[in-house]
Amino acid sequence: MNYVNLMKIAKNALMRNKFRAFLTMLGIIIGVASVIAMLAIGQGSKKSIQDQMSSMGSNLVFIMPGSQQRGGVMMGNSSSQSLKLVDMEAIRLQSTNISAISPEVRTSGQVVYGNSNWPTSIYGGNTDYLSIRKFGLESGRLFTEREITTLAKVCLIGKTVVSKIFPKGVDPIGQTIRFKDIPLKVIGILSEKGENSFGQDQDDMLIAPYTTVQRRLLAIDYIQTILTSAISEARTDAAINDLQTIMRKQHKISKPEDDDFRVMSQAELVKTFTSISDILTTLLGAIAGISLLVGGIGIMNIMYVSVTERTREIGLRMSIGGKGRDILMQFLIESTMLSVVGGLIGIGLGYLVSAVVGTMMGWPVVIMTQSVVLSFLVCAAIGIFFGWYPAKKASNLNPIDALRYE
Amino acid sequence: MANNIIEVSNLKKYFQVGDLTVQALKGVNLAIRSGEFVAIMGTSGSGKSTMLNILGCLDIPTAGDYKLDGVSVSGLNRNQLAELRNAKLGFVFQSYNLLSRTSALENVELPLYYNSSVKAKERKERAMAALEAVGLTDRIHHMPNQLSGGQQQRVAIARSLVNDPVVILADEATGNLDTRTSYEIMELFQRLNEDHGKTIVFVTHEPDIARLTSRNIIFRDGWVVKEQMTGEKVSAAEMLKSLPVGDHEV
Repeated sequence: MNYVNLMKIAKNALMRNKFRAFLTMLGIIIGVASVIAMLAIGQGSKKSIQDQMSSMGSNLVFIMPGSQQRGGVMMGNSSSQSLKLVDMEAIRLQSTNISAISPEVRTSGQVVYGNSNWPTSIYGGNTDYLSIRKFGLESGRLFTEREITTLAKVCLIGKTVVSKIFPKGVDPIGQTIRFKDIPLKVIGILSEKGENSFGQDQDDMLIAPYTTVQRRLLAIDYIQTILTSAISEARTDAAINDLQTIMRKQHKISKPEDDDFRVMSQAELVKTFTSISDILTTLLGAIAGISLLVGGIGIMNIMYVSVTERTREIGLRMSIGGKGRDILMQFLIESTMLSVVGGLIGIGLGYLVSAVVGTMMGWPVVIMTQSVVLSFLVCAAIGIFFGWYPAKKASNLNPIDALRYE
Repeated sequence: MANNIIEVSNLKKYFQVGDLTVQALKGVNLAIRSGEFVAIMGTSGSGKSTMLNILGCLDIPTAGDYKLDGVSVSGLNRNQLAELRNAKLGFVFQSYNLLSRTSALENVELPLYYNSSVKAKERKERAMAALEAVGLTDRIHHMPNQLSGGQQQRVAIARSLVNDPVVILADEATGNLDTRTSYEIMELFQRLNEDHGKTIVFVTHEPDIARLTSRNIIFRDGWVVKEQMTGEKVSAAEMLKSLPVGDHEV
């Protein structure tokens, strides 16, 4: 028996029931399309996080307060007041792996101008704060060292806040706004930065000298975060090491388990979030994979029913010289054709869905060649695997019984 | 006896049904010469269907020997039987067994698909020739549901001819047809037998139909009880003329 003939026989058999063949393929089509689209969405979100990382500065290293003990009682991270300005000064003097350092204190509240108000956050830093966090100034000027020491009531303002509280046509620079009843003079406007990967609007903020925020707004003597820039991305690990050593010496800690601070880097944070996105991708892929499997079972179901329904046809084929193997191959080719053609249509649909999701929802999508090739191979395997049992059943029929089957 | 297409000697076929052994054929001897048109008759349970299954190489005998065109069938396996069917036999069934939604031409081509030595072009030519032999050249692209019962059976006969078999086995081939159409089909069989020299074995329980063949073999209870020449063979064309006018298929 030659395979060209078998292919023709199988094709003709499928074409006799086009609508059924299409419905059978639908499971595979949807399965493959969802595998491709889901993986594309997962990969896209991972890539966008990675892109954000480079825009936020991959050499950012920062210290946050950790849990500490007070008389044997463990205190939570947020209540900790362990970071002091002297810690920062010690790091500035001793670490050779950082290029800039700034304290950070922050609070949120209502900002008022005229009769408009808007809830926002204010961040306090020193003159290096903008460069460390990769902010830019669109107009105006940065506060000076002198303004820091004098707790000057000045601030820089983000684009979102400008649009919320200033009427059109008013130049915010030189105007005085009020934050928690403290009047602050606007001296500069921050360049627009947009949302970060977690959906936070990075233009909805004020930046002021840290002394102003610390003393005038919060009335505290500790700082909430210490931000540093490693000299280069390659020296990030060395910088982390420096900070830990210096902080332990400052806080007289001998064992790392007793740390009352945490040193983190942007790179590490991004790693955490990409791993979350990897888990998400795996999950989406697995769900889509299940739908592909269900599609395969659909093929088996239809082929199985079809063997029963076509018993007389099988009997006839045997009586005119079809061998068991010919019948087996015919049904196997039929199921493989269904899954492979379904797979190809599914790949096309997957591309389409990815493109539509990408443009309509504005989600980043990245289609991986591996996922396309893999899902196609899985399809072919599904056709053979799920077609085998019905095909074997057909080939084992006794021609006499099959011909008489009612 | 060199001319015998079919030679059956002391053939037995037993079936095991539960604890019971059913003796369907108890020792049959028969021979059919090339060019004969033979009717196998008998009531149900007489063993004629079992005989046809064995003659058709769909089943193997429990004991005894069956030679088809000089080949002893007894020792063959399933695949060899299938090859033998493809090369030497043509089947015509009571219920036509055409593939639905498949044109007459493709239905006729079907046996040649299982013969890899026949190429696509030859396959079509031979199918066209077979359809011409049964008088259906104008219906080659019709689907079975667009054909009358008689026409469907003609397609089935063309299919049984297409591989140029040594013998055509017909199983109650007129059983689903009205009298006139039955005679038309029998006329076709007679023509194939007389003009083309085809050997035909025709299983039927209708004496009317059996009269149109040249020899009747009658089965009862697993034995051949009677073999008789029909003597003066009746022409189906004559029978058709004797039918009342207006009684014909649309």
